[in-house]
Amino acid sequence: MSTLDSKIPKGPLADKWTKHKNDINLVNPANKRNIDVIVVGTGLAGGSAAATLAELGYNVKTFCYQDSPRRAHSIAAQGGINAAKNYQGDGDSNYRLFYDTVKGGDYRSREGNVYRLAEVSANIIDQCVAQGVPFAREYGGYLDNRSFGGVLVSRTFYAKGQTGQQLLLGAYSAMNRQINRGKITPYNRHEMLDLVIVDGKARGIIARNLVTGEIERHSAHAVVIASGGYGNVFYLSTNAMGSNVTASWKIHKRGAYFANPCYTQIHPTCIPVSGDHQSKLTLMSESLRNDGRIWVPKKKEDAEAIRQGKKKPKDLSEAERDYYLERRYPSFGNLVPRDVASRAAKERCDAGFGVNKTGQAVFLDFASAIQRYGKERAGIQGNHNPSDEEILKLGKQVIEEKYGNLFQMYEKIVDENPYETPMMIYPAVHYTMGGVWVDYNLQSTIPGCYVTGEANFSDHGANRLGASALMQGLADGYFVLPYTIGDYLSKDIKTGKIPTDTKEFDEAENKIRELLEKLINNKGTHSVDHFHKKLGHIMWNKCGMARNAEDLKSAMSEIRALREEFWKDVKIPGGMNEMNAELEKATRVADFLELGELFAKDALDRNESCGGHFREEYQTEEGEALRDDENFMYVAAWEYTGDPGNEVLHKEKLEYENIEVKSRSYK
Amino acid sequence: MKLTLKIWRQKNATTKGELKTYPIDGVEGDMSFLEMLDVLNEGLINKGEEPVVFDHDCREGICGSCSLQINGEPHGPDRLVTTCQLHMRMFNDGDTIVIEPFRAKAFPVIKDLVVDRTAFDRIQQAGGYISVNTSGNTIDANTIPINKHDADESFNAATCIGCGACVAACKNASAMLFTSAKVSQFALLPQGRIEATERVLNMVAQMDKEGFGNCTNTGACEIECPKGISLENIARMNREYLSASLKG
Repeated sequence: MSTLDSKIPKGPLADKWTKHKNDINLVNPANKRNIDVIVVGTGLAGGSAAATLAELGYNVKTFCYQDSPRRAHSIAAQGGINAAKNYQGDGDSNYRLFYDTVKGGDYRSREGNVYRLAEVSANIIDQCVAQGVPFAREYGGYLDNRSFGGVLVSRTFYAKGQTGQQLLLGAYSAMNRQINRGKITPYNRHEMLDLVIVDGKARGIIARNLVTGEIERHSAHAVVIASGGYGNVFYLSTNAMGSNVTASWKIHKRGAYFANPCYTQIHPTCIPVSGDHQSKLTLMSESLRNDGRIWVPKKKEDAEAIRQGKKKPKDLSEAERDYYLERRYPSFGNLVPRDVASRAAKERCDAGFGVNKTGQAVFLDFASAIQRYGKERAGIQGNHNPSDEEILKLGKQVIEEKYGNLFQMYEKIVDENPYETPMMIYPAVHYTMGGVWVDYNLQSTIPGCYVTGEANFSDHGANRLGASALMQGLADGYFVLPYTIGDYLSKDIKTGKIPTDTKEFDEAENKIRELLEKLINNKGTHSVDHFHKKLGHIMWNKCGMARNAEDLKSAMSEIRALREEFWKDVKIPGGMNEMNAELEKATRVADFLELGELFAKDALDRNESCGGHFREEYQTEEGEALRDDENFMYVAAWEYTGDPGNEVLHKEKLEYENIEVKSRSYK
Repeated sequence: MKLTLKIWRQKNATTKGELKTYPIDGVEGDMSFLEMLDVLNEGLINKGEEPVVFDHDCREGICGSCSLQINGEPHGPDRLVTTCQLHMRMFNDGDTIVIEPFRAKAFPVIKDLVVDRTAFDRIQQAGGYISVNTSGNTIDANTIPINKHDADESFNAATCIGCGACVAACKNASAMLFTSAKVSQFALLPQGRIEATERVLNMVAQMDKEGFGNCTNTGACEIECPKGISLENIARMNREYLSASLKG
């Protein structure tokens, strides 16, 4: 059944990448000038890849749906980026970052890929500092670190709560340098709508110019997909409004296998839903769990009183509070991994201890951190007997320096001051570990079609650790892909320019034209959002934080029915040959309606709980996830066969030679 | 709340636009300004009319996509927020709200409330970078200690989201705050000093070429900037520019 070859190099774990780099073919600088590469998506993974490939000498075309590469959603990443620098001297190493990542992913990721990620991580920080990324520093002028969930060291580098922004602007500036040199041609406000395959190889894309509506053909010797994750299949998520699965889904339909679609990260600390009009959810960085303590009232009556506004959180004494993460997981406390923290919040809220109007929120409290920092800073300033007021003032100052923008954002959205009263938070869809299947070279099952960053599946297993998405995006783009793609392109030095006036391009373009015409001429009765919201509802209720076989089966049939309804009844005003935001949304939602069904199928097929995938039927007595390593220690890679409900499963067996597979404990 | 919206509608770059009036009901204080427009659009689609087009993406105030001139102010009446983080609790029942695109010669309207801000990209392309290869073969990040104050100031300048509010707020449509923020970020770091001369000359030249106006120090940009980028950056860029011109 399976022909999946991960192409992990032989040899000891720590030598694999170096050996591989020595073994692969190179392209000489003069020949690089004759080779074109398309990069779809300009976030950390795409932007860094585009800049590096252009710098090496390839001719690069970038595509993004936003008006500028700088607006890709990597920009919204808040807390930080991991790197095994061991600047804190707290015992960090490449191996430990590798170990934490594999364990954090609940033993569902590839050893070889994860070790490489850890190995190149330190270099990312060097590179970014050289580019002028203003990371946080200590008074001595050296780089500062903080800690994230699921680890026992401080290896996270950060720039206040705007780390993603600063890293993306770094990659964008590297791109700008190459645009200025004429080595990158940016196609902004363009959306890739299909992949063109010639003689079995990815040779170009069909894209729509979102300003004029024009359908364009673009050819290249290789195509890199770096278009991010598919969290918006849930409608409400922390993703940007435009984040979509279209590029990944289109290559899937052209032959790229899609791996582990059901592995979704539900992030524990987001601002709770406030009403039906809600268009997106806002994350409050995991870094807040360094200093914030999560709790709900111990007694249901108190929770009820808080929900009704009769009591305030401050009215409850320490003894009346349940710091449930500290209680259940004493060694990791508030810094357990995201999947564990999210499920624990859901458990308390389902049991009736939720603290906002809807009962779907828990507290994240900074009062004790404010006290601790206040005393510390007073001491540094020589005030060894500070008053309560002074402590409070100084403590708030320290918190402001660390998390100022997050606190401001919270206050603007919720209209409450988090310096005075604890934040209210609840889990929300954030990141997708699943994605297009790639081998060690980041190549999909379509030759010449590479997938990087969140769009691929490779490094995070069933759960991603905090501050590792930025690390992976930049590792793929700056340090991995530029080597591995060269090996493939070395066979293309004599190919010459790929023509676009061929039957393959005709076929792909006609298909897209027909799709768009069908949508425009449909003249149904409901907006695209109407269908997207319905899909999100099914996904959240039946494929969300807790899943079971019965719900997943009904999710599959409901999504299928909704998809049919969409194609019968969707209404798109305006025309094709102009800027048309509804048409853009429609093509994206059409793909989500297919992915959703495969998502549910994958979740149904995986009869175990692991990481972000929690099946109610498979749990320990204490409610922890129960893996089934004997039967499910594999990557589920799905092959499209014309119907998302009937895709064919290929298994890539996962082997652990350098790490002992254990049940994951953070207790 | 019941509101009256007066919204700029323009079919495309070459057609003349006009303000159209739309009444809207059922607006809640917890809605963001853009969620209020979503509700309006849903209604328009249901009636068979074309929805109002506006730029938006992250909806958490960081991508810099959203860009509305609300009652004459970029990003509306609240301070230190983008339109997507502006909440309807800032308005009162019965209010009339005028919604227009950012106005500047260098930001031509594409459709309705969407403008073309690629001039900003071109200013960055002219020199908004440090010329270092991305091979990773640089020195260890802690080899150059950087004074915390300078690092923080550099960070503050680097938080610019490139939304264009500074240009829209300025009576001269000047892009000095935007350009100076990037110049400052690098001017404050030892890594950035090496190319400081060429950078400021090239970026300012591009800024002028794009048709942005001059700075007359009114300070409107600083007040309207959703990220609180300081006017000090403009002063710093002027110093950088002067010393670069003398060298040049």
